[in-house]
Amino acid sequence: MSLKAHPLLRDWLRRDGDRLQIRTGKVDIGQRISSALVQIVRDELHLPSDRIALAPVTTADSPDEGITSGSNSVEQSGHAIRCAAATLRRALIAAAVDRSGGDPEDWTLDDGLLRRPGSNDPLDLLDLMDSIDADLAVDPKVAKLTARDTAPSAPMLGLAEMVRGTFTFVHDLDAPGMLHARVIRPPHAHARLRSIPEDEISALDDKGLRLVRDGSFLAVAGPREWPVIRAAERLARACDWDAPDFPNIDVFEKLTRDNASTRLPVDKGQPLEEPVPDPPDAPDYTARFEKPYLMHAALGPSAAMAVWDGETLDIKTHSQGIYPLRISISDSFGLSEDKVVLTHVPGSGCYGHNGADDAAFEAALVARAIPDTPILLKWTRAEEHGWEPFAPAMAVEVAATLEQGRVASWSAEAFSDTHRGRPRPGPNRVGPSRLVSNRHLADPIPAQPGTPNMNREGGMHRNLDPIYTFAERRLVKNLVTGLPHRTSALRCLGAVANVFALESSMDDLAIAAGEDPIAYRLAQLDDPRAIAVLETLRDRIADLSATAEGQGRGIAYAQYKNAMTRVGLCIDVTVTDLAEVKLDRAVMVADAGRVVDLAGLIAQLEGGVIQGASWALCEEVQWDRDGVTSLDWDSYPVLRFDNLPTMDVHVLDQPTERPLGAGEASPGPTVAAIANAVHDAMGMRLRRLPFTADAIMQAAANA
Amino acid sequence: MSLTLRINGAEVAVTSEPDTPLIYVLRDELGLKGAKLGCGLEQCGACMVLVDGEAVPSCVSPADTFGGKEITTVEGLADDPTGARVQAAFVSHTAAQCGYCTAGLVVAVTALLQRNPDADTKTVKDALAPNICRCGSHPRVLRAVEEAKA
Ligand code: FES
Ligand code: FES
Repeated sequence: MSLKAHPLLRDWLRRDGDRLQIRTGKVDIGQRISSALVQIVRDELHLPSDRIALAPVTTADSPDEGITSGSNSVEQSGHAIRCAAATLRRALIAAAVDRSGGDPEDWTLDDGLLRRPGSNDPLDLLDLMDSIDADLAVDPKVAKLTARDTAPSAPMLGLAEMVRGTFTFVHDLDAPGMLHARVIRPPHAHARLRSIPEDEISALDDKGLRLVRDGSFLAVAGPREWPVIRAAERLARACDWDAPDFPNIDVFEKLTRDNASTRLPVDKGQPLEEPVPDPPDAPDYTARFEKPYLMHAALGPSAAMAVWDGETLDIKTHSQGIYPLRISISDSFGLSEDKVVLTHVPGSGCYGHNGADDAAFEAALVARAIPDTPILLKWTRAEEHGWEPFAPAMAVEVAATLEQGRVASWSAEAFSDTHRGRPRPGPNRVGPSRLVSNRHLADPIPAQPGTPNMNREGGMHRNLDPIYTFAERRLVKNLVTGLPHRTSALRCLGAVANVFALESSMDDLAIAAGEDPIAYRLAQLDDPRAIAVLETLRDRIADLSATAEGQGRGIAYAQYKNAMTRVGLCIDVTVTDLAEVKLDRAVMVADAGRVVDLAGLIAQLEGGVIQGASWALCEEVQWDRDGVTSLDWDSYPVLRFDNLPTMDVHVLDQPTERPLGAGEASPGPTVAAIANAVHDAMGMRLRRLPFTADAIMQAAANA
Repeated sequence: MSLTLRINGAEVAVTSEPDTPLIYVLRDELGLKGAKLGCGLEQCGACMVLVDGEAVPSCVSPADTFGGKEITTVEGLADDPTGARVQAAFVSHTAAQCGYCTAGLVVAVTALLQRNPDADTKTVKDALAPNICRCGSHPRVLRAVEEAKA
């Protein structure tokens, strides 16, 4: 898809002085895509990494590759760039033959030079590039997947600067005349501003601070950051807000068939506009699994810089989707798209649609009010926790009939609000309506209820379809709207709850059948690569000592989207006397196809285990009638260094298969393996995340 | 009012209001942007600096409470043998994903190894518990610590 829209060599690769410039529309969001792309080009052209550079990703100039999400970056941008590099290689060799003779087979590329035996006059790759037709089309078939020498991973771009503290995040931008800005938020999403006391406004004037107001959107700006923060805090307390009670409901009571706005059957991952088949009668096994609202909770609060020169809005943002965001921002302001330029500047890791897009729009709102002045707007920790779009709470109900202990028919119904809240353009100005501050302007663009995601393996039905060879399956997605919180995409979407439900059930069923959990799964898998993953896992844990009293071991398997990276996991836990779950060990076997950047791949898989473990053990958004109460790291705890398991990650390289993204492959199985390990340790099945000490004590009391 | 701080081995006169938390003096007035603001609540460690050899958050305590103390920011760590070793180990183990937590972690690890060069794994994990990383770079950080010990 990337190549179709951008078919020319110069769309992807250009000479920039003494470097080859890679042009991508994918942004680095902590998944190291830039390092992977450099490595692809280096491998294909034998050009040293320090002679390869990445162009800034900007709507002014880069290929539009939509949103960086869904672990697709290596597959999309990586494939396009691999083909571009291979096309360039072929053209370079042809040019070398033209210039210096010989046959194409004689020429080799090495260290940025083209050489041929018998000639001691090598040609410089970049110089030779100037002679190549600028409009050369990329040949999408030229890049063959071949077994290749495993090269050491390219060093991660920016790493040296990160450890010295000189890497520039969007938060660190500076510009002459720049003002810092902070938003003053209403107490919660449904509250509106009544009035600002006059004396507060004049106090701001006296301090040389600027106040920007549009309806209930309120911001302060000034030259020094700390006085701006202080003023914003003071103003938030002083303002008069109209704050009705925030809906203080038990969301899981709402996640039912009766409350669903849409119910759709799902076949092989594809939702269908058809009647929902009846539930099975007399199933042998039923269970309901629940996952609370979760937040992305990036370590660095969202931020953006914007400047408005009376004609053009120039925005620096860490958004994952600068192209769709540009459309929604230009629509919000009634500007034509070419009057809005967005350039990606790194923020902290985001794991999905967090506050980045909102912060970009809000910086632009302030910049429009204070023209010709760069505005650096940052969210606070409480804003990031309280105002980012959350991952929806979700429930999954399963039912199975068994034959000789194995699953004969499987029914699974998922219940959730939308996972799609990104400001993508669409009917009824839906893009602008998803920028939270548009809802608070004097002329507001109100929120709209979510519509069902009909994409294969999208939204809540991601991994709803079991990967096993169950003969019959009945899969249903139930969209429930009108719930308390704004929701959007978080790493893995529905796969977390679905894999948690399926793999917990498989554990229950294996135990009921008296079978080993790996053997039980193997007997119901027919994908040879899945089988290889689980057999390798079995071998790797064969010598582990048996678990002691209070300890447990859990197994889980999943293939992300039933089409991408396969992960088998074994997790050992100890449940302490205080009912805290301590992670002792994680052993993982993964198959991500052809390995491009082994170090990067392992980093993503390990990172996924840690985030999945954090969801399993710690994370849950809480709120009451005054609004969200999870506003910092005490009220929304996350996994920290002191509960880190030892990790053993083994990757099965498949040199002739397509490389697959792995950023979202391990969290789902991690949640499930921990659930199964807790069950092994306690003999209790926990079906609602997170497994906090309170939840475990409660379950023990009820048992 | 004028306040003098000792930062990375040099005396620096600062003009920010004395009740300004140290991080804003470092970042906003002095252009030392290595310390990151993660929470402003002493809960995440992104803003850590060395103060007389201890890794402490810089996001809450007012600048004037640091008078007479030796402040080392991540930018000044390369001049310290332990700091330089820790930085090199973070690079060789790619101990970062997005890198937002990295500066704080480099500071925390340096303080730990200066005090306890042979810290065992449990000690290291407990010592780094104040530092949050959301990207899951922890295993690489722990490997980097092992290398920096030697
Ligand atoms: S920013 Fe100081 S501890 Fe979080
Ligand atoms: S590397 Fe992103 S927060 Fe640690």
